[in-house]
Amino acid sequence: MSLEKSEIGSPVIDPVDTPATDTAVAGPAPVKRRARRLPEAVNRYLVRATALIVAILIWHWASTSGFNLFINFENVPGPLVVWNALMQEIVSKTFYVHILYSLQRIGIAYLIAVVLGVALGVLMGRWRLAEDIIAPYIELLRPIPAVAWIPLAILMMPSEESSIIFITFLGALFPIVINTVHGVEQTPKVLVRAARSLGASNAAILRHVVLPGALPSIVAGLAIGMGVAWFSLLAGEIISGQYGIGYFTWSAYTLIEYPKIIIGMLMIGGLGTLCTLMIKMACRPLLRWQAQGKNA
Amino acid sequence: MTSALDISRTSPAHPQRGGTRKARDRGHIQIRDVSVEFERNGDWMAAVKRANLEIKPGEFVCLLGPSGCGKSTLLNTVAGFVNATRGELLVDGQPVTAPGPDRGMVFQQHSLFPWKTVRDNVAFGPLMAGMGRTEALSLARTFLSLVGLSAHASAYPATLSGGMQQRVGIARALANYPSVLLMDEPFGALDAQTRIMMQESLLEIWSEFGNTVLFVTHDIDEAVFLSDRIVIMSASPGRIIADIQVSLPRPRTQDLLTSPDFIELKRECLDLIRRETLRAFEQQNSGGR
Ligand SMILES: Nc1ncnc2c1ncn2[C@@H]1O[C@H](COP(=O)(O)OP(=O)(O)OP(=O)(O)O)[C@@H](O)[C@H]1O
Ligand SMILES: [Mg+2]
Repeated sequence: MSLEKSEIGSPVIDPVDTPATDTAVAGPAPVKRRARRLPEAVNRYLVRATALIVAILIWHWASTSGFNLFINFENVPGPLVVWNALMQEIVSKTFYVHILYSLQRIGIAYLIAVVLGVALGVLMGRWRLAEDIIAPYIELLRPIPAVAWIPLAILMMPSEESSIIFITFLGALFPIVINTVHGVEQTPKVLVRAARSLGASNAAILRHVVLPGALPSIVAGLAIGMGVAWFSLLAGEIISGQYGIGYFTWSAYTLIEYPKIIIGMLMIGGLGTLCTLMIKMACRPLLRWQAQGKNA
Repeated sequence: MTSALDISRTSPAHPQRGGTRKARDRGHIQIRDVSVEFERNGDWMAAVKRANLEIKPGEFVCLLGPSGCGKSTLLNTVAGFVNATRGELLVDGQPVTAPGPDRGMVFQQHSLFPWKTVRDNVAFGPLMAGMGRTEALSLARTFLSLVGLSAHASAYPATLSGGMQQRVGIARALANYPSVLLMDEPFGALDAQTRIMMQESLLEIWSEFGNTVLFVTHDIDEAVFLSDRIVIMSASPGRIIADIQVSLPRPRTQDLLTSPDFIELKRECLDLIRRETLRAFEQQNSGGR
């Protein structure tokens, strides 16, 4: 929209030979507006980066000056200390083993959650009986935090590894199911009717109408699910396991190694963000029709 | 816009019927004593009441009436989206029980699959009929050129104007070679200029295909301009209150809209609608419910 406006706008209408006073005021404006267009996207990233840097600076100041007013920074390691600890970690092999273990657990748990979550979501969205059977479980289990599952997971699952994956899987499952149901239920009636009168079977309607229509919502669920998976993974790894970034963080806590705790936290945040981003990027080609529509 | 008229000369041939263009032997609609009732707050309300209508193969019939009178409901019953609660509805002798590709539907708006390109939208029907992908796509190309949209084949629907989207909708419905084309206010969301051009090009296309058209509108000009017959429905419960023959010569163009014959016929229609509406009111008021 804004793109069209400024292209049709002032440059065409403003004649070059308008009186000097007019050109002085109106002339340069459209040029400026155009020149600013490209950097606008870059600008936003600059703002975001600046916001992060400011936070680090405040953190640095608070921890070095021993800030203590309700929130106590006296014993919090500053960014430089954490940085130095990180430099030590990244040359050690076990640090990467931790990361690899976590990534593998996320991968397995997430994959199962996606397959099961989308299948359940479609079933619930298309078939009222399925929704009535499954929805109570979803509603009841969804608010239970990952940590609360730990004892049961240990009891029920055959191995430590599988209980961690189970807890991670549960975290990812609910947002995926709920978003899929939402997307499927919003299928426009007119499109289903159009497909039917063009001779589509129920299976074809699912494949060509319901699923593509629900995809934006499903993708949103996949992104949220990835975030929650990391969130839950931490809980699983704290209690059981001997590798994993969650275990790394927890053992640092029991050994009172504060810089390592912060490294662990930042790694979880960073890896979680990265994975979510990758999911979004992977799904983008499937949603190209949407992006095009918005520009029109 | 006008390109649709130039290109429509190259009408595609039906693959199964050895190039026969006209479908004049198919598309016979028989509506016998059909009522459609909906349940609302525990009450049954008639949207269509005891409608009788017979449409000959190849006829262009407009269904005209005030908003909410049940035009869409009657059309949806023929399409198979809605079931009649009374009476009998036959298309080519077969009772209508479900939607099917023999009855193509063009909706008012927003009925294209947004995630499919224009070409894939049009190819959808042939694909569903079991045609191979290459064949379906080439058929889609033919139908897109018929409606003058070859240049937009790989665009997504959201990037097209409302008029262009409706033309894709028409091409998509026709690609199945339906014997009946059902249209529910297909030009209702378009501006006056685009609308007239769309009406002209629809008539061109229809004269090539010769299929039956049942066209819902509440615009008298549109009804008179397009149809062989105008069927008028009263306000709810929707009854058929008049059936007017339109014997204006074809082919019809925009010039017809200002001709004395057209205006005369339009006046007749208006008079008839008023008379019949008044009579329907009186019937209802005198306890004829
Ligand atoms: N699925 C439904 N359930 C309940 N009532 C319905 C349903 N569909 C239509 N109706 C009712 O039936 C009546 C006729 O509706 P219909 O859509 O056929 O009117 P219409 O003549 O097409 O009106 P418009 O010109 O506004 O499109 C209306 O009172 C409407 O509320
Ligand atoms: Mg309607």
